[in-house]
Amino acid sequence: MATNMTPSPLDVSPIFGRFTLESLPLHEPIVVGTFCVVAMGGLALLATLTYFKLWAYLWKEWFTSVDHKKIGVMYVILGIVMLLRGFSDAIMMRAQQVMAFHGSEGYLNPHHYDQIFTAHGVIMIFFVAMPLVTGLMNYVVPLQIGARDVSFPFLNNFSFWMTAGGAIIVMMSLFVGEFAQTGWLAMPPLSGISYSPGVGVDYYIWSLQIAGVGTLLSGVNLICTIVKMRAPGMTMMKMPIFCWTSLCTNILIVAAFPVLTAVLALLSLDRYAGTAFFTNTLGGNPMMYVNLIWIWGHPEVYILILPAFGVFSEVVSTFSGKRLFGYTSMVYATAVITLLAYVVWLHHFFTMGSGASVNSFFGITTMVISIPTGAKIFNWLFTMYRGRVRFELPMMWAIAFMFTFTIGGMTGVLLAVPPADFVLHNSLFLVAHFHNVIIGGVVFGMFAGINYWFPKAFGFKLDPFWGKVSFWTWVSGFYFAFMPLYVLGLMGVTRRLRTFDDPSLQIWFEIAAFGAFLIAIGIAALLMQIYVSIRDRNTARLRDTTGDPWNGRTLEWATSSPPPDYNFAFTPVVHDGEAWADMKQRGFVRPTEGFKPIHMPRNTGAGLIIAGFSVGFGVGMIWYVWWLAAICFVGMLGAAIGHTFNYKRDYHIPVDEVIETEGRRTRQLAAGAVA
Amino acid sequence: MHPMGDVALQQRDLVLIATALMLLIVIPVLALIALFAWRYRSSNEDATYTPDWDHSTQLELMIWGAPLLIIICLGAVTWTGTHLLDPYRPIGRIAAGRPVPANAKPLEVQVVALDWKWLFIYPEYGFATVNELAAPVDRPIKFRLTSSSVMNAFYVPTLAGMVYTMPSMETKLHAVINTPGVYRGISANYSGAGFSGMHFQFYGMKDADFAGWVARNQGAGGDLSRARYLDLVKPTQTVPVMRFAHVAPGLFDAVVGQCVEPGTPCMSAMMKQDGSDTAGMTHMQGMGTPAGPKAVSPLTTSRAGGAPPGKPGDIAQRSPSAPSHATPPHQSAL
Repeated sequence: MATNMTPSPLDVSPIFGRFTLESLPLHEPIVVGTFCVVAMGGLALLATLTYFKLWAYLWKEWFTSVDHKKIGVMYVILGIVMLLRGFSDAIMMRAQQVMAFHGSEGYLNPHHYDQIFTAHGVIMIFFVAMPLVTGLMNYVVPLQIGARDVSFPFLNNFSFWMTAGGAIIVMMSLFVGEFAQTGWLAMPPLSGISYSPGVGVDYYIWSLQIAGVGTLLSGVNLICTIVKMRAPGMTMMKMPIFCWTSLCTNILIVAAFPVLTAVLALLSLDRYAGTAFFTNTLGGNPMMYVNLIWIWGHPEVYILILPAFGVFSEVVSTFSGKRLFGYTSMVYATAVITLLAYVVWLHHFFTMGSGASVNSFFGITTMVISIPTGAKIFNWLFTMYRGRVRFELPMMWAIAFMFTFTIGGMTGVLLAVPPADFVLHNSLFLVAHFHNVIIGGVVFGMFAGINYWFPKAFGFKLDPFWGKVSFWTWVSGFYFAFMPLYVLGLMGVTRRLRTFDDPSLQIWFEIAAFGAFLIAIGIAALLMQIYVSIRDRNTARLRDTTGDPWNGRTLEWATSSPPPDYNFAFTPVVHDGEAWADMKQRGFVRPTEGFKPIHMPRNTGAGLIIAGFSVGFGVGMIWYVWWLAAICFVGMLGAAIGHTFNYKRDYHIPVDEVIETEGRRTRQLAAGAVA
Repeated sequence: MHPMGDVALQQRDLVLIATALMLLIVIPVLALIALFAWRYRSSNEDATYTPDWDHSTQLELMIWGAPLLIIICLGAVTWTGTHLLDPYRPIGRIAAGRPVPANAKPLEVQVVALDWKWLFIYPEYGFATVNELAAPVDRPIKFRLTSSSVMNAFYVPTLAGMVYTMPSMETKLHAVINTPGVYRGISANYSGAGFSGMHFQFYGMKDADFAGWVARNQGAGGDLSRARYLDLVKPTQTVPVMRFAHVAPGLFDAVVGQCVEPGTPCMSAMMKQDGSDTAGMTHMQGMGTPAGPKAVSPLTTSRAGGAPPGKPGDIAQRSPSAPSHATPPHQSAL
């Protein structure tokens, strides 16, 4: 058993709360090793930044930036960094399950293993998928609608830092104390104080609460941006599909995340104040938590997948050199999915004794979602039909997605049949299904999006060779890793098991581990791809001088790569749904004179400061260090109020600077045209 | 996917039917993806290219209509299947073409998920077992299920689909086993550190064998009194089979009511009392005191953990982080 003791809640020191030296996992060699590697890496990074005097640059140009493009990039970087952590957890689980046969306990004790699968789920959903999705939306949406920034630029910066703050708290739990051992949704009564008295669940609660503020505010921000800041002429039905899916995703965020915040607040009250919302006794009802968490949790999966659908719509249309088939039905399909996302949550617990009619209702509503989703697949299919399909990396991901997601969708509908779910619920079939749609849908979508928009963000394409290595290892790795889990699930093997006693199962886990190994190569190739691309950024092979490397169809390709701070010197006027394709067709001439000073929001460190106090507050609450929590809470409020007295919110980019920037672009385009 | 009981068999068939229905549309889609991607590759100059074609009413009708038709069929199958295979509904047949005889009385088994083992009470015969379940073939079984502490799911894949066992709640499952044999039963919902070892053997037996098994349990001695139960609920891992010839009357209902411990009011009684007057509030000692998060009242702690108050270590076994959680809460101040 584990020796990772935290002191009893009864021995709370006034200064250190329940933190003692025992809370540090000094006796867990794996954790100490990891910590050493992370610490050395971190120190090396800090030293490099200091040596090259990059701190001021990072602070001025990135950390305090309110530019939606830079914030978007920071979100994506956060997502990729956390992917490494979440994937390490996955590899450890795969290794454990391969080893734990023939009476072997494997190499992880329950205390450790149970934290790993919990952390894997939490990190992958909240700190990998969400930042990647939010990052892409942040970067692309304002450009696609011809805006200069989002509606509330400061809020955007603050949202990012709150998300990052949540990630920091999760990472802290690896080295200080422990993480929850409850599964990624922390279901009570297991997550109640009686059965999880340690700091793990508190780490879970506060990391999600802090990140949740960021997610919610960014949702408000993007809705407002899309509704209010579209370029003249861009009616709702002329918006790019990615903007539509972003709009629907953010509506889902704004409607669903408060439920998560509330349910976690109730759980906190149970844990901190001795209330009985979800306890076994005193009239508490754990089922209430199950309902509430899934009322958030089901929309959450559409929050993740809709932007990916948007990416594929853009990519398939661009790389087929063709208008998107069935734009209107795409929009309605997205809207229908958004609405239906709220009436299916009970399918996550058919097995908890609801009546047959209730189960049937939720089963059928779930199946109904497959109709608009199927329509989308057909729309992409008929976009390729009679097109000129170019197999560049984004399109490769899109086709892999169409195959994989169709299979994942089918197994999902199967799980929506309640009697089938009685057999397959909580089994590895279920695990295979949601990885099938989240990897095959969201992750492939994010890779398609990153490969697609990278040249826009940085002015050079990502290296295709390493991109293809990453693509093939990821896709084949996915099939190797998860098809065996379908088989195991059909054999009645359930999830979250640490040891097995049927030796005939081992071969399937070996295949799955091989798949995970292939994915590891895929991730390494992704990092290599980024490195090689940066190294070769000035070669003709990768450099993009046109701003439109893929022959794109939407407005973001109308400006330079990377776009100037102000995105567009003149706000474009839109006449068609695929605005840039339309402009190109009608012989659009880029204006080269008549520039004016441009009004822009000014950078501020307030977001980072408030988020920093929030992290301190969270840590204080987790460890019962009440003075720290109190000080940070006051600091949080103080910084927020202080920021309202900051009247230096904006500035004008002088006209000379605009003329110079645009002149550079004119020369660049001319040089490109000659070459 | 290797059903040995009629319910599992019907569930398996439903999985196959649903899969076949969906393959009707999934296979053409997969084929078309491959076909279109290949046929319209940019290097194929012979293929038709219509860059501005983006709408076709007939196609739109087809792409919405085809999935809709499939879902209508599947929805009908789902509606009937869900009602027929509702775990709360007594089974109507023993196997295909063999209705349940009118005079058949189902075998009732009361299932309690403990940390981390299974308790099976046979009220008809008065005995109980831990981690061993048996039933005669072709006799309907009625399971009543609950849990002592956290959520688990009772699952014998060859017998029938899973149903959750939840503390202070009762769920039901009806099933039948058709083939004699030894099958594996598990908890299908993660419930803490000992979860992986929380499995049991399920024996499908011929009537004579079952009678012998009943006799063996009845002759095993041992008495599952309430005190013995409170001892049994303490967290233990990979527990060997245990047999108790006698079971305290009303034990299962007391477990559901969270009131096995003498002197604790049952949930149902408490709710009734809370509804009628404010006296119920006296149960809430410890709430709202300055002790704050530490003030888990002894009542809650002991019953939630299933251990009598003042026995440190019981809960510690469950979670390594709380060595002395069961000590009275008001001893230390901030």
